[in-house]
Amino acid sequence: MNIVVCIKQVPDTTDVKINPETNTLIREGVESIINPFDAYAIEEGVRLKEKYGGTVNVLSMGPPQVDASLREAISLGADEAYLLTDRTFAGADTLATAYTLAAGIRKIGDVDIILMGRQAIDGDTGQVGPEVAENLDIPHVTDIRKIEQIDDQGSIYLERLLEEGYVRLKTKLPVVITVVKEINEPRLPSLKGKMLAKKKEINTWSAKDVEVNEKRLGLTGSPTQVVKIFTPPKPAGGKVFDGDIKDSVGKLLRELRASGILMGSEKGDE
Amino acid sequence: MSSIEVIFDKCIGCGLCVKACPFAAIELVDKKAVINEKCTYCGACVDACKKYQAIVITRHTFEKHDVTQYKGICVYAEHRHGKLSSVVAEIIGAALKLKNILKVPTSAILLGHNVKPLAEEILSYGVDEVWMIDNPKIGDFAEDIQAGLVTQVILEKKPEIFLGGGTIFGRSLLPKVASNIGTGLTADCTELEIDPETKLLKQTRPAFGGNIMATILCQYHRPQMATVRHKVMKEAAKTDSTQGKIIEMNHIPVPDPVIEVLEFVQEESETVNLADADFIISGGRGIKDPKNFALIQELAKAVGGAVGASRAAVDAGWIPYSHQVGQTGKTVNPKIYIACGISGAIQHLAGMKGSDIIIAINSDPEAPIFDVAHFGIVGDLFEVVPELLKQING
Ligand SMILES: Cc1cc2nc3c(=O)[nH]c(=O)nc-3n(C[C@H](O)[C@H](O)[C@H](O)COP(=O)(O)OP(=O)(O)OC[C@H]3O[C@@H](n4cnc5c(N)ncnc54)[C@H](O)[C@@H]3O)c2cc1C
Ligand SMILES: Nc1ncnc2c1ncn2[C@@H]1O[C@H](COP(=O)(O)O)[C@@H](O)[C@H]1O
Repeated sequence: MNIVVCIKQVPDTTDVKINPETNTLIREGVESIINPFDAYAIEEGVRLKEKYGGTVNVLSMGPPQVDASLREAISLGADEAYLLTDRTFAGADTLATAYTLAAGIRKIGDVDIILMGRQAIDGDTGQVGPEVAENLDIPHVTDIRKIEQIDDQGSIYLERLLEEGYVRLKTKLPVVITVVKEINEPRLPSLKGKMLAKKKEINTWSAKDVEVNEKRLGLTGSPTQVVKIFTPPKPAGGKVFDGDIKDSVGKLLRELRASGILMGSEKGDE
Repeated sequence: MSSIEVIFDKCIGCGLCVKACPFAAIELVDKKAVINEKCTYCGACVDACKKYQAIVITRHTFEKHDVTQYKGICVYAEHRHGKLSSVVAEIIGAALKLKNILKVPTSAILLGHNVKPLAEEILSYGVDEVWMIDNPKIGDFAEDIQAGLVTQVILEKKPEIFLGGGTIFGRSLLPKVASNIGTGLTADCTELEIDPETKLLKQTRPAFGGNIMATILCQYHRPQMATVRHKVMKEAAKTDSTQGKIIEMNHIPVPDPVIEVLEFVQEESETVNLADADFIISGGRGIKDPKNFALIQELAKAVGGAVGASRAAVDAGWIPYSHQVGQTGKTVNPKIYIACGISGAIQHLAGMKGSDIIIAINSDPEAPIFDVAHFGIVGDLFEVVPELLKQING
């Protein structure tokens, strides 16, 4: 089984604070982490390898400091690491990101499964997975909460989370799979893994090392254009009732009724 | 190639750009702004430097489309088990609003088997045309073949705007279509507007877990595509007089699916699913014990709502992950969201801030949830919730 896990380095949003004067994110002291969903993808890749044999390759596109996240993935059980880094990749939207990652996956070659996170917690789009699949002309399935099994015929059985429940699906390898956090419980890095990670050679590729049309990279290859970034207006903070509970509940329901909202049997026979 | 440049003669080293940059990509070196490799060309610095105009982004773009060939607003009509998804009326609502300004026809793409009644329902919202492919091979969860079909319909019909629901299915299907066509796609928009001068679609969406909003344009590629967050746009109203028509597009060949659905399981624990619920009652660590979720359930039942939870409650194993609301769980936009024993960590807020009315029940008056709540009750939830039940049950 040749597995690629695409991981993205993101700012740890638990630390993200807004500067009230400038209305911008305070980045100082904010740590960079592996996108939380991608940590589940790494773990799932390692588990598949343990079950079916093979190699887990981690792949990322980003600035040179992503090196640290790739090393962390090695410490968590990945075998090989690849970093796509080049000034021309900068400013990529999901279309250009997926185009570039797909070129990296083709260069790794003969891939059976591509695992990705459901979405990155900075961009929050969840588009890169399906777009990578499109670039490779293979199927994709999103929001997978369980990989049941892979049989000898190269069929893979999956459980996909939906709004109202889940579906069990079957499809053929190769396939792109995006995972939700319910899929597993990621392990902690082992001591041996940490040692390995320190020494590991990270394969670093620039635009010249992969087969790409330069015009499809980075900002130039991105149809979408961010024209404005702003902080959402803070809600004014509402009415807080802190007296006697019976009283508070009564006041609350009156307020709701006043704004035309009825709850429960108050709703009558509507 | 595109580039970003600091014009050193104009840069006075004021540092406004450094503060404005959301990516920590600018440093001051010898009192001049220097841009490092973390730059994503977002343009926040260019805005910040309006006064001095010392930062210039030169943008080139690949293979521009002939935008004049594209006309009209199209929506993707998602449906499941023979029913249109509730998000469809919302995106039609959004499309009709855009139509008022652009004065162009509206349409919907409908794929499936025996879907004619759905086509008629769509027309009753005042949509001008339904582009329909009716074929037994098109199953409910088949984005594998649907992506190719939608692409072909779009390339043939050439709408300038194409919108889909920000549902699990929509957010899986539309990226494949956008990539296939080679156009942009803005995820999970909460606001859509037409720029009065350029007539371009201004797409606004939350990012960074809702901490920032971004407005996005797709200038040179068509269609301008977006998925739209469920429960944000106002639904279109049904009318009796339908003038629109159904256009069958069965000349487009339907390939065999590669994804096979083995089983669909509706999760029993949820009476109403979170995405569609008008009322959501959520419990957090303050619930203290899995048994106590029964109280939350009781309240949810009394108001006909769904049960949500914070990650803390899910991680503790008190309730399944499918109930988790927040950055790593579901995003919800109900009419009323009642947070019981939830502190209001930003990751939780990311998933429910869009609710019309937020009600917080928390024993700690300093809990950050009160900063976003429209109404709050300070008190022990084990007293407040039963009292609430008593009073609403009359
Ligand atoms: C990358 C990342 C992603 C995350 N994603 C999510 C996510 O998707 N969803 C999410 O929810 N969290 C998420 N979190 C976790 C989040 O930061 C918080 O840890 C979590 O939301 C806290 O849950 P809580 O409010 O239930 O618990 P706590 O923070 O412990 O709050 C419990 C609250 O209950 C109150 N309370 C206690 N007893 C009572 C009582 N008897 N009556 C009334 N009030 C009482 C307390 O005053 C307190 O305010 C994420 C974190 C990270 C780092
Ligand atoms: N620059 C990147 N490098 C590697 N993987 C990425 C990158 N951007 C996104 N991904 C993958 O795509 C998933 C979805 O990201 P997004 O579409 O940005 O929300 C992530 O969870 C990653 O698995």
